[in-house]
Amino acid sequence: MYRYDEFDATFVRQRVSQFADQVDRRLKGEITEDEFKPLRLMNGVYLQLHAYMLRIAVPYGTLSSRQMRRLAHIARTYDKGYGHFTTRQNIQFNWPALKDVPTILSELAEVEMHAIQTSGNCIRNVTADHFAGAAFDEADDPRPYAEILRQWSSLHPEFSFLPRKFKIAVTGAAHDRAAIRLHDIGLEVKRDANGGIGFAVYVGGGQGRTPMLAREINPFVPEADLLAYVDAILRVYNLFGRRDNKFKARIKILVHETGIDEIRQMVEEEFQQIRGGVLGLPTEEVERIRAYFAPPAFEDRPAVSARLGAARAANPALDRFARQNLHRHKAPGYTSLTISLKPIGGIPGDASADQMDAVADIAETWAFSEIRVSHEQNLILPHVALDDVPEVYAALAAAGLATANAGAITDIIACPGLDYCALANARSIPIASELSERFGAPERQDEIGPLSIKISGCINACGHHHVGHIGILGVDRKGEEFYQISLGGNPDESASIGEIIGPGFSAEGVVDAVETVVDAYLKLRTSPEETFLAAYRRLGEAPFKEALYGA
Amino acid sequence: MPDILTANRLHDGDVVYRTAMGDWVADVDTAELIDDAEQLAEAEAAAQADVKASKVVDVAKIPVVVADGRVVPKRLRERIRAFGPTVKSDHRPGAV
Ligand code: HEM
Ligand code: SF4
Repeated sequence: MYRYDEFDATFVRQRVSQFADQVDRRLKGEITEDEFKPLRLMNGVYLQLHAYMLRIAVPYGTLSSRQMRRLAHIARTYDKGYGHFTTRQNIQFNWPALKDVPTILSELAEVEMHAIQTSGNCIRNVTADHFAGAAFDEADDPRPYAEILRQWSSLHPEFSFLPRKFKIAVTGAAHDRAAIRLHDIGLEVKRDANGGIGFAVYVGGGQGRTPMLAREINPFVPEADLLAYVDAILRVYNLFGRRDNKFKARIKILVHETGIDEIRQMVEEEFQQIRGGVLGLPTEEVERIRAYFAPPAFEDRPAVSARLGAARAANPALDRFARQNLHRHKAPGYTSLTISLKPIGGIPGDASADQMDAVADIAETWAFSEIRVSHEQNLILPHVALDDVPEVYAALAAAGLATANAGAITDIIACPGLDYCALANARSIPIASELSERFGAPERQDEIGPLSIKISGCINACGHHHVGHIGILGVDRKGEEFYQISLGGNPDESASIGEIIGPGFSAEGVVDAVETVVDAYLKLRTSPEETFLAAYRRLGEAPFKEALYGA
Repeated sequence: MPDILTANRLHDGDVVYRTAMGDWVADVDTAELIDDAEQLAEAEAAAQADVKASKVVDVAKIPVVVADGRVVPKRLRERIRAFGPTVKSDHRPGAV
């Protein structure tokens, strides 16, 4: 296995200069758009409604302050002063000029970032729990394994032309915050009775036009066999996955049509042939990679912060923020803090260049320079001392980043939709903004409790609408925007795909319809402790249907 | 209903419209209104030549209505291309 630092740096630099040359030839007219398009897509450059769009990978959602500052610089210099963090834990710039992209990529390469594997039928950016390495409930940090998978899959000759794109997600905890059951392969880090590391492996999940939950193919693959086992799955997919029909090419269709038991057997046969060979993962290798993810030097701190307690008592806004946006940390006296990119009425996932710089500074001062991007389109400071939360909160508030709504009804996921995306049927962002305003009052949010709304502007489902407690899908009805509502979706370890509740709603009517559903829930729940999802699972769709469409 | 021709400019990706003079401009109001098949064939041939010459990409013909002297694309998607994202406020300098 190669060294991360040397190999990657050289490779990325070569790729950038290659692409600079390709762009130059394209601009001079020496190659046609048909020839150029696959080259630009390989480098993360799409053509959207208004302009080119550049998608930059943030592997397993981990960013340093230095990298965040570079993103701010790019937003300011080459874009219109902002960027959009996405459900794939990456960032998209909506307005770069093609002629500037090679410069942008070389400036990114200086901070070890790139746009490779953000497009095309390859193994895409591996995603992970955004609280990785910090969460109190994890068996181990999943990111070293995401990185090992990334290295193995990067430009793997056999896997660069798969039947379709391929997405892998890893969680380190049984409570799944990485939606592993909605990926082509999902991995959960586990420990056996002796503390040895292994993985529960799920296969065949996905969203898009045929949403499916992944099935467990193996309850425990030992660490040393991880690559061999995943490789075996890819081989089976590469051999038997359908290439005749783009809509049936994902591994979920293969798993569904063939059956998990037969797939398991086919994978097992491949696995037996390659196990213990060159794909073995020696412990030293894992340790070497793990060193890159070593936790920062936590100080000994009391589990409860008297300082934060006093500050909360004196400041109701801070109290609310601390209640909503902090996640329990494995080290006593520390917390993981969510920086919501969902201001009330704003655009989910957008951050201005100034805000990116502010986050970089805050992380540097109080959070070991570590930042994460979550698939919920928020940023996370994974390691903050509880004692420092009042200062961090004040600094975030000054940057307009202290919205206290992580996990609340206004923490909405929305894809770019028809405001930006060339594939869209309907707008997503304005619906998200309106919903956020409708439910934005703090008392209203508190009354409703945890409830996720997820919006996609077309069936590709980039906005995860299938797994929203309330999902909204934009469709085109005779040239008009129209919205289908589904209920009961959920991305975690009790994953479920939402069910379409009935006929759709116009752009004018959809926000009212969502409020009708929410009000029905508030009436129907047994107590404030019964969440929307729990109530829906208990009651089924009938009472909600009735509220929406009458008896 | 007249048509106009639209594309994205190659080097910066900006949305542009073809004028009667044969150049590509950002202002939809100055697009050439196309009413008949002969005019369309001529404009499309010229536009394809500009694709070959690597000036623009993704040429498309779109229907528009003319109201009070303003050219307004018929479909929402094309209105958004012409007038920008409809989001209430974003971080673009000068955005509402
Ligand atoms: C703007 C340009 C975009 C294009 C052209 C695009 C295209 C697509 C397509 C074609 C699919 C369906 C794939 C399939 O079912 O085989 C898809 C799925 C998906 N995209 Fe996008 N997308 C875009 C933006 C985004 C954004 C902004 C996000 C994150 C917010 C995103 C995240 C996803 C996710 C999570 C899925 C579903 C996962 C799955 O395939 O199972 N995409 N996208
Ligand atoms: S779901 Fe559809 S509209 Fe939304 S970003 Fe994906 S492709 Fe575009």
